[in-house]
Amino acid sequence: MLNFLQRLGATTLEIISVLGRASIFWWRVIVSVPDWRNGPNLLIRQIYFVGVYSLVIIIVSGLFIGMVLALQGYTVLVRFGADQALGELVSLSLLRELGPVVAALLFAGRAGSALTAEIALMKVNDQLAAMEMIGVDPLKRIARPRLWAGMIAMPLLALIFNTVAIWGAVVVGVYWLHVDSGSFWANMQHSVEFNEDVLNGLIKSVIFGAVASWIAVFQGYDAVPTSEGISAATTRTVVYSSLAILAMDFLLTAIMFGVG
Amino acid sequence: MRIRMLEISVGTFVLAGILALVFLAVRVSGINLHARKNDTYTLYAHFSNASGLTERAQVTVAGVVVGRVKSIVLDPKDNRAKVGMAIEKNLNYLTIDSIASIQTQGVLGEKYIAISVGGDQEVLKEGGEIVDTQSALVLEDLIGKVLTSLASKKD
Repeated sequence: MLNFLQRLGATTLEIISVLGRASIFWWRVIVSVPDWRNGPNLLIRQIYFVGVYSLVIIIVSGLFIGMVLALQGYTVLVRFGADQALGELVSLSLLRELGPVVAALLFAGRAGSALTAEIALMKVNDQLAAMEMIGVDPLKRIARPRLWAGMIAMPLLALIFNTVAIWGAVVVGVYWLHVDSGSFWANMQHSVEFNEDVLNGLIKSVIFGAVASWIAVFQGYDAVPTSEGISAATTRTVVYSSLAILAMDFLLTAIMFGVG
Repeated sequence: MRIRMLEISVGTFVLAGILALVFLAVRVSGINLHARKNDTYTLYAHFSNASGLTERAQVTVAGVVVGRVKSIVLDPKDNRAKVGMAIEKNLNYLTIDSIASIQTQGVLGEKYIAISVGGDQEVLKEGGEIVDTQSALVLEDLIGKVLTSLASKKD
């Protein structure tokens, strides 16, 4: 009994201290004064690594998700003679939920894990300590451009994901299953509102990008500097960011589209 | 040279994202730049039954969308539904004898409000009320009426 209580207490304290460290980390990275001389170059390099490198997986999975949505939606809708509503179904579910969430999950798996492994390895090699030694703040030099790059790249990736997915749905729905092209687009435009759907989806993906890269960079910083530590930190990044993204998505959906 | 390639690919990436946003705005959401939110005025109408009508439902004149339903509340004074509608500003010739009726798109479609413009001289202003209204057609009630009338004919 006492052992159990002790373990419960230890776990709780551990969780609280990790949350505290992560929050202080976030605060110090975001608040620190920007470095205008080197900043843009570092940022562009990081956008390249987290954004451009993720493009292939985003485009391919977007295409297939759009095609599958159109195929499944069509088989159900055609039973009620409502196959013209396919455009509405596909675009609303993509813009509001699937686009931001799936793009963020892919981003966490593709870019987040790489960020964690990179920073954790820097820690193992004492590169972070060496930076501090020569008077370079690793938070500014390493963490900040990666966080900002995540927040900038993520919405762009989600937008590209949505566009490709809708295009995939058009290929399947209009060219293959012969839903009428005019009513496909007209229904879509009729039901999709720019502020309500496109912008809210964009806000979601900015938040997901911030959360995913925050978790990734922090886990890298917080990793135990051994080879097991790196692998554990990388796993934690993917698991925690996926859970955080899905939970945040529910909250954001409830706030944005919930019964008000 | 490598830096240059890197910057070019980031630029392409950002441009692709912006183009995607433009595509989503223009082609998918069919954004309407001239219909801004602040270019509307509010009209009210009381319906004895507003079932199935939702906020943001369409308000049409002759089938053309001219506004959206803004609020639906129960008016405690006469137990009727008080519906607020945001109408486009340039539609400033709705007369006080206009008729507002709740109609359905198709048999099972969404409910919307159709306004038919009257011939009076006086024009509705901000916060004005359309007095003449027709409530939502409830399909179940209609079926029930048909059934009872059929039954009474048999007797």
